Amino acid sequence: MTRQYSSSKILTVPIHRFVIHFTHPDPRSMGLLSDAHALGFEQLKMITCQDMFFIEGQLSPTECEQLALDLLIDPVTQAANWNELPGVSSDTGVDRLAVEVALRPGVTDPVAAQLVRAAHELGFTAVRRAATGTRYLLTGLNEEQAGELAPRLLANPTIQRWSLEALTPSFPQASASSGEVLTIPLRGLGDLELLAVSASRRAALDLPEMQAIQAWYQAEGREPTDVEFETIAQTWSEHCGHKTFKARIQVESTAHSSALVIDSLLKTYLKSATDAIAAPWVRSAFVDNAGILDFDDQFEVSFKVETHNHPSAIEPFGGANTGVGGVIRDVLGVSARPIANTDVLCFGPQSAAFADLPGGVLHPRRVLSGVVAGVQDYGNKMGIPTVNGAVWFDPGYTANPLVFCGTVGLAPKGFHVRSPRRGDRVIVLGGRTGRDGLRGATFSSMTMDAKTGEVSGASVQIGDPITEKGLVDVLLPARDRRLYTAITDCGAGGLSSAVGEMASMIGADVDLAHVRLKYPGLAPWEIWLSEAQERMVLAVPPENVPALQALCDSYATELTDIGEFTGSNRLVVRHEDTVVLDLANDFLHEGIPQRHLSARIGRKGVEARENSTVAAPAPLSADLRGTLLALLAHANIASRAEIIHLYDHEVQGGTVIKPLAGVQADAPSDAVVLKPAGTAGCAGIVLSNGINPEYGKQDAYQMALAVMDEAIRNAVAVGADPQRIAVLDNFCWGDPLRPETLGTLVEAARGCHDGALLFGTPFISGKDSLNNEYLGVDGQRHAIPPTLLISAIGRLPDIARAVTMDLKQAGNALYLVGDFAPVFGGSHFSLLTSQPLQDPAPALSRVTPLVYQALYAAINNALVCACHDLSEGGLAVTAAEMCIGGRLGLDIRLAEGDPVRSLFGETTGCLLVEVAPQKAALFEKQFTELPFTKLGCVQDEPVLSIATLLHSLFHIPIPDLVNAWNTPLQPAGGGA
Amino acid sequence: MKPRALILLANGTNRDGDAAEAFSLAGANAEIVPLNFLRTGERQFTDYEILVLPGGFSYADALGAGKPLAIDLQAYFMDKVQEFIGAGKVVLGICNGFQTLVKARLLPGQTVFASDAGGQDQATLTFNACGRFECRWVTLRPLSQACIWTRGLEELITCPIAHGEGNFQGDHSISSDQVALTYVHPDGTPANGAYPANPNGSLHDIAGICDPTGLVLGLMPHPENHIHPWQHPLWTRGIHSGSGMVILRNGVKYMEAR
Repeated sequence: MTRQYSSSKILTVPIHRFVIHFTHPDPRSMGLLSDAHALGFEQLKMITCQDMFFIEGQLSPTECEQLALDLLIDPVTQAANWNELPGVSSDTGVDRLAVEVALRPGVTDPVAAQLVRAAHELGFTAVRRAATGTRYLLTGLNEEQAGELAPRLLANPTIQRWSLEALTPSFPQASASSGEVLTIPLRGLGDLELLAVSASRRAALDLPEMQAIQAWYQAEGREPTDVEFETIAQTWSEHCGHKTFKARIQVESTAHSSALVIDSLLKTYLKSATDAIAAPWVRSAFVDNAGILDFDDQFEVSFKVETHNHPSAIEPFGGANTGVGGVIRDVLGVSARPIANTDVLCFGPQSAAFADLPGGVLHPRRVLSGVVAGVQDYGNKMGIPTVNGAVWFDPGYTANPLVFCGTVGLAPKGFHVRSPRRGDRVIVLGGRTGRDGLRGATFSSMTMDAKTGEVSGASVQIGDPITEKGLVDVLLPARDRRLYTAITDCGAGGLSSAVGEMASMIGADVDLAHVRLKYPGLAPWEIWLSEAQERMVLAVPPENVPALQALCDSYATELTDIGEFTGSNRLVVRHEDTVVLDLANDFLHEGIPQRHLSARIGRKGVEARENSTVAAPAPLSADLRGTLLALLAHANIASRAEIIHLYDHEVQGGTVIKPLAGVQADAPSDAVVLKPAGTAGCAGIVLSNGINPEYGKQDAYQMALAVMDEAIRNAVAVGADPQRIAVLDNFCWGDPLRPETLGTLVEAARGCHDGALLFGTPFISGKDSLNNEYLGVDGQRHAIPPTLLISAIGRLPDIARAVTMDLKQAGNALYLVGDFAPVFGGSHFSLLTSQPLQDPAPALSRVTPLVYQALYAAINNALVCACHDLSEGGLAVTAAEMCIGGRLGLDIRLAEGDPVRSLFGETTGCLLVEVAPQKAALFEKQFTELPFTKLGCVQDEPVLSIATLLHSLFHIPIPDLVNAWNTPLQPAGGGA
Repeated sequence: MKPRALILLANGTNRDGDAAEAFSLAGANAEIVPLNFLRTGERQFTDYEILVLPGGFSYADALGAGKPLAIDLQAYFMDKVQEFIGAGKVVLGICNGFQTLVKARLLPGQTVFASDAGGQDQATLTFNACGRFECRWVTLRPLSQACIWTRGLEELITCPIAHGEGNFQGDHSISSDQVALTYVHPDGTPANGAYPANPNGSLHDIAGICDPTGLVLGLMPHPENHIHPWQHPLWTRGIHSGSGMVILRNGVKYMEAR
């Protein structure tokens, strides 16, 4: 359904092509050259970047020169040449090829928009339109190689065009006539024909759903319009409707589990846990766009984590960029100021060979770089610190990368309104509407195939964070002045979803002809469904519209009045004089039939659990030193500093415990602590997360318990009150129609439930992304490992008590606290040694919540100098990281038992704690009747020394630990 | 009376709140003023004694960091800003604000369009030598005694940077009095271009410069993000030194004394 525009249309207004090159060293070239080498283009000797601007307008040669000097170049570092089109393309020079790249028509181009604005300010009013592009000059490649490199590194055909010849700009032209509405005959169709309609419109609806739609229209005595059909498809999509989590699930009886019917995973396992815990400090769970908690007497905090997996797979920068933008709007949707972002990312191995990639899949290196750049761009430009996250690598994510984006918000209490009133205006704020992201919600609910990128190209949006910043600037004063009665963001499904949701209790009547468009020619269903970014919908009493308009004028944000909330309980959409949609709320929002699914609980996890009393013999590894260094260098464990430094984690001035800790600021913090600007008192917010798909491969139930524990443990490690932690779930799974896959989802949801009750930690929000599968050209299905992210948000009563993980002082004691039960199931030691092991994934001890209580008390009484949790890689990695943080050594004596298991086995519920000798007695008293061991002490000698009672195991100098830990995430000479 | 600080908010400015909090703590009456308020006359430059251009990505840094906002200044406010400085009032540009002052040619201190200067520009802030945006803590040595913002400061300052285009380069040398702050190693020895002490490759380790009057300071690092002891990255190790408040207090005190 993508539309093509003619770019060869003869234009009467001249277009000038400006090419800008660096006279100083070009900072982009270095990175591109090493990326190209890593992708196997070793013949490439040099790559030079040039910026291209296409400017339409009657401009004299003098004006062109002025425009270049005053606007387009930095005269100290750059120079420009220009010509009028059509004209001779710029000289590439000897032995060089040029690859030119430009955005496809209709793709958001914020630089071009600013160019036109600035040109007008400078008095160049003849400038009508502009477009941007990039020109890459390549030395050392032939045409064929350049043609291969271009789509792999320089251009993404989903959003860009590229050519080895000079490109001409393509401004979007009006094409299809607007106002066109089709009817989709359904009433007389048989089952197969109904499914064919669903497939041809990429609606992802199953037969009972299509039949429900058919029945409703039969009763109405008419056929649906395309606007109506698309609206229903969006509202009923997995993405918006969470059909699997609300489904009735028949769990098959097996030798290990009896038959069981679950009426909604969401109700049975997640909401029920939150209800049972009934924490008085939870203000909103599973109701709003984000979960909301008490912070202090004056403020509340909100937290939401979303995924943007499918868009990031086909356009990593834009996908991740708009993922961040979307979750920020979720927090704006609860009237909060965004104060922090989180990002958890899962990728394929960075050294993957091209030959091994499924067809149509971008190289994982490029996915990582693009996703990280997308997260960076949006968060940094919005001025929201990106402070907590994780990166995980697994071959299962090669075709399906996972991008989890979270945002924390802060709002004064009592300002979050959510009830539009009859007569309130339907107001759209922010960006304009184009064909961006059409059918994103249904797209994300489908399995991808090699053609997905091509067909769903229009599903990908490019973000414009500055427009979203304008929304924040307007919305916060509008909230404080109580100018609106309800607010929601335009996410998946666009206006259809936002207006539909807000009108679901009251009804609305809107006219699409009022919606401001980026370019003409959109059909009504395109306007209604467009997922153009940076838009919010507000319900505004008519008397408040002028005040809101004045605010918008101050902050240069657009406001559009598209209709009113009616009280008719129907959703009515017009395009000028034609009614294009007229649906009853109860059908649109309640009419979807509950799905009936069946699940089969696999035996693997259950068996391993039952046999877990029979400890498998640990493999004997002579090279303990080498093993530890290899673990520190493992892609899942090594330093993330190179990514962390790309994110502004200091803006807003509230980052008390930073993502990197220690004397050289190069060691990994367990969690981040924030002191939100504008709050009085000394309380802080703690953010952390837990994720471990390796455990998920073993046992989804234990994984859920383990990652909940990890998220909570990380928060407690920096000083969070374990009684004041709430969590969010994000399930990324394969196709739930396969009973085995649904079985693992059921097990993970059950684990969430049991973990929540064990810790007294409520779930406040969640999201699922299913169908993370990829049908390769080889006909094989590629599914991701079952992946559950738990994001924790905690509270620390006094930030002055916060603790970092770096060792502080020689002579201090080092304790191991918690029920230490190391196993190799799902461990990184097993990954490293590739030895098949019988161990189960680590189990969770019932004593763990008590250990965390005791640790919290110790931290709160200032008994703890440093604290770091045991996670991937086990005890030895934790100790090494603490040494790196403090640049101090440790002298550790292990108790009896298998040293390999003690050093590298993985366990839940344990931390290493540094305590000053004079406080040791008080510290030990906190742990009376709880499991703890004194392991050794901190030493000045910069060496990590570990021994058993009888003999020394290794002495590793800290510089060696640092070197291993600083292994780059993207190896320079990839295996491509 | 407390000096009044105009914290200029353009589309995409994002450290306005940080700057307002810091200037309030420093003793000013800080007000965040949307640029359009100045265009409509709802606010006047003459109502203030301190002009602050805070950090952010004004207009998405399209066509170069600070450039579109510099064009705004040139198009609408240049005479007013020059009157402001001419009246002996002080200006601080932080990060994007510094980039804006340089692109508007208020720093190092001559106001012309590039096209009028025959393509010769004096200075610029270009892409970091490492080729990427970076956020990290740096150590600064305040130098200039001509600059009212750095005058009399002896201790090293510790604060974060967060930018992609902070690499100071120039065709012509500026006077040594105009070098307000340089990047140094944590022990105070000159960075001499060594990364990451000099995080962006700036010529002569320049982190901030002032205009010839000493009233206008631009710097890439963020002193407004080190105003509380718990913001220091090593506070849990008992290290609190190097507050950025001293720079802001200097500016506020200077205006108080006038």
